[in-house]
Amino acid sequence: MAYSTKVIDHYEHPRNVGSLDKNDEDVGTGIVGAPACGDVMKLQIKVENGVITDAKFKTYGCGSAIASSSLVTEWVKGMSIDKAMEIKNSQIAEELSLPPVKIHCSVLAEDAIKAAIRDYQQKHGTPAAE
Amino acid sequence: MIDRPIYLDYAATTPTDPRVVDAMLPYFTTMFGNAASRTHVFGWQAEEAVEAARREIATVINADPKEITWTSGATEGNNLAIKGAVEFLRESGKKHVITAVTEHKAVLDTCKYLERHGVDVTYLPVDQDGLVTPAQVEAAIRPDTALVSIMFANNETGVLQPITEIGAICRKHGVLMHTDAVQAFGKIPLDVEAMNIDLMSISAHKIYGPKGIGALYVRRRRPRVRLAPQIHGGGHERGNRSGTLNVTGIVGFGYAAKLARESMATEAARILELREHLRQRLMTEIPHATLNGSPTQRLPGHLNISFAYVEGESLLMGLKDVAISSGSACTSASLEPSYVLKAMGLNDELAHSSLRISIGRFTTLEEVDHIADLIAREVARLREMSPLWEMVQDGIDLSTIEWTPH
Repeated sequence: MAYSTKVIDHYEHPRNVGSLDKNDEDVGTGIVGAPACGDVMKLQIKVENGVITDAKFKTYGCGSAIASSSLVTEWVKGMSIDKAMEIKNSQIAEELSLPPVKIHCSVLAEDAIKAAIRDYQQKHGTPAAE
Repeated sequence: MIDRPIYLDYAATTPTDPRVVDAMLPYFTTMFGNAASRTHVFGWQAEEAVEAARREIATVINADPKEITWTSGATEGNNLAIKGAVEFLRESGKKHVITAVTEHKAVLDTCKYLERHGVDVTYLPVDQDGLVTPAQVEAAIRPDTALVSIMFANNETGVLQPITEIGAICRKHGVLMHTDAVQAFGKIPLDVEAMNIDLMSISAHKIYGPKGIGALYVRRRRPRVRLAPQIHGGGHERGNRSGTLNVTGIVGFGYAAKLARESMATEAARILELREHLRQRLMTEIPHATLNGSPTQRLPGHLNISFAYVEGESLLMGLKDVAISSGSACTSASLEPSYVLKAMGLNDELAHSSLRISIGRFTTLEEVDHIADLIAREVARLREMSPLWEMVQDGIDLSTIEWTPH
């Protein structure tokens, strides 16, 4: 199976790899997936005044999973959390030209950003918006 | 510096040796006859070449040439051996087959087909080294057992089953013994007499011969093995397998077998040395690397290693211009990680993190060192990106975490 140039680019030059302090009040952390399934994503956001000012990820998974999470961290920086909540896996899949067998990687990335936002909202007592 | 793709997937297939291609060429053009044509020189030439190749194959396994049936490959050989023997023996009330969970799909799916048609199949588990014990086989034998089918060497791990001992048990109980020897043939000494083997599937493309040609050894004496043919037609191959013979392929297979026999001792020693060099480098330079399968009971060229906390497909992606395979689900059509590794007790994560590297005739020390450098570099890079690696560095036990499977 050939990878798209965008997947290869994110795999070879992943954006925003790293970690934020998960105990920081301004940081939301989402960890989704399972080692047994072959992919685990950890996505973290730093939020100031409702806007995501920083994002970091670490991913255990195939090249498409790494690319999906890398892409999402790039997208959400500078976005309001409401807007980030609206990111759809189909947008990620389209941007990276993922084949059908890799769609679950984009689903996982969507789940990861939503989980990070919910974690942040819970820290601040905001009801988790679906 | 190496600037061409490196092939380290010899267990999947091998390049055809140029000497084999040279031996085949005349049979495409000038000596193109049908080996079944009895009335002219074209047919006689083809038949002569086919019989010479049959003798070459028989010599490698200490069989009689009459015991070699040509097939299209080991998948067909496995189908013919298992379905053919069981179909024939069913008339005498035998309807039980014993095999192992780590067999190739060509054996497992054939057994599942037979199950749908009223045959009982026992799938023996393997231990953590990937081995079946002779005692397990003996305990599973029933009065109505027709056949035991245990592979000689596993395609993913290279682990060698105790075939001689299993063969002796089968002989003692009057049960037929089939072995899928596609990975072992031409690589290590095989002897159907000393090993009590009744049926053996082999293939040319694993020993530097062409694809699309294989053979099934079918014992003729003590006991005489009878098979119900699976392909009906003109009665070629003593009625075992009809169809015009693939003369060019057969000539190539015969020549490849001759080369393999002549160079076996020196080639196996050279390949083993390369593999051990690679294994030692990978396991000393990379932490949390584990060898899958018995460290001693294995083919010279196979290496299967898990690099924990790194997913196999992403690792392969980093090993650009290197051809190897992985037990990761992401590299298979089924999205399931290797059933062979899981049967050996590996958890899904370690199965996802495995690489199979297989070394062969044309592998050099320079290539092996290059791949060791690349793997060490990429594993380190991907671990820096791995949340699992981070948790382990922080002293978190991954088994205590509640994951969200998807």
